[in-house]
Amino acid sequence: MDGQDVNDRGVDPVVLRARVGMVFQKPNPFPKTIFENVAYGPRIHGLASSKSDLEQIVESSLKKASLWEEVKDRLHQPGTGLSGGQQQRLVIARAIAVSPEVILMDEPCSALDPIATARIEELIDELRQQFCIVIVTHSMAQAARVSQRTCFFHLGTLVEEGPTEDIFTNPRETRTQDYITGRFG
Amino acid sequence: MPMNDHIVKSYGEELDHLTAEVARLGGLAEAAVADSIDAIARRDLAIANNVIGRDERLDTLQADIEKKSIRLIALRQPMANDLRRAVAAMKIATNLERCGDLAKNIAKRAIVIAEAEPITPLTRSIERMGRLVSGRLKDVLDSYTSGEVEQAVAVWTRDREVDEHYDSLFRELLTYMMGDPRMITACAHLLFVAKNLERIGDHATNIAEIIHYQFTGDELASDRPKLDSL
Repeated sequence: MDGQDVNDRGVDPVVLRARVGMVFQKPNPFPKTIFENVAYGPRIHGLASSKSDLEQIVESSLKKASLWEEVKDRLHQPGTGLSGGQQQRLVIARAIAVSPEVILMDEPCSALDPIATARIEELIDELRQQFCIVIVTHSMAQAARVSQRTCFFHLGTLVEEGPTEDIFTNPRETRTQDYITGRFG
Repeated sequence: MPMNDHIVKSYGEELDHLTAEVARLGGLAEAAVADSIDAIARRDLAIANNVIGRDERLDTLQADIEKKSIRLIALRQPMANDLRRAVAAMKIATNLERCGDLAKNIAKRAIVIAEAEPITPLTRSIERMGRLVSGRLKDVLDSYTSGEVEQAVAVWTRDREVDEHYDSLFRELLTYMMGDPRMITACAHLLFVAKNLERIGDHATNIAEIIHYQFTGDELASDRPKLDSL
């Protein structure tokens, strides 16, 4: 990251985790309230100087994650009580609360229905103005919809990398072509 | 037609942009056809050359619409009415680009015709046919932007009018050519102009069919009243 190997011994993992937010396949909210889920990161990283400051961060993160309107009246109820799509947006709010530089998303929609998926995809489209988002997906269709650049990995090796439009309309590598058209894999 | 917005806003914006581009191409094609007829009626070389020079813009825009449609289909995977909209944009653009080419050809002939002796009654007939055809093109394009399919269906049903015009012009031209062989050059060009207009009319009919499919999902029945012309 920024020319530095993230696996280097000199890298402080706590600092790295603040710079890189992560969202996983299954929504994994903490067994705490909605408010605490989002407040946790900024608090341990000392990003808020006062209670109102922290409340401000929680509100703006939930707004950025397009969840605020749905949860503003139930901030102190458990995060696990939300629907799958809402939980996923909650953990995205938790990730962006520490103002990371990069957000890694590993199959963020695979447990969601199409409408909840569309909401997350719209959110990705909004958040990419502010954050660098790296998304791993098995759905070629999703990669085509949400990304600007695509890398195709097969069995751990990078086969091809380029603008999404080129990868899905005119890939250079035969293996990419065969994979995205459903001929090999 | 009332429609909810897409959850992914940029997707909806891309579709709207595509429709707007097709409408813009339609405007250019419509103007090219109308101006090419004007060039013949007024024996105006400046208008004719202007139409010829403008054709490249239509070609570029058509290529751009095609590229954007393919991109949208590949990256957004449109479904149902969105899919029909993307495919229709591509097909309508092809038809409009052809109309532009035919208008350019009419403009080229207008230059040759302007060099010969004026044959006013014939150019009047061409002008009438030209107005009919541009009117049909305008109607289908209005229908495309408003979504009022009935207007496109009306154009489609009245395809016969253009054919009748063409047939009567054809006979009129033959009479002139037989009467005075010195008129053959101009008349032959006018004959091609009439044929071009008839083809533009066919493109308008094609566009009407595509619009009907885009908005309803059904094909127009094939038993359209037709005249068996050459």
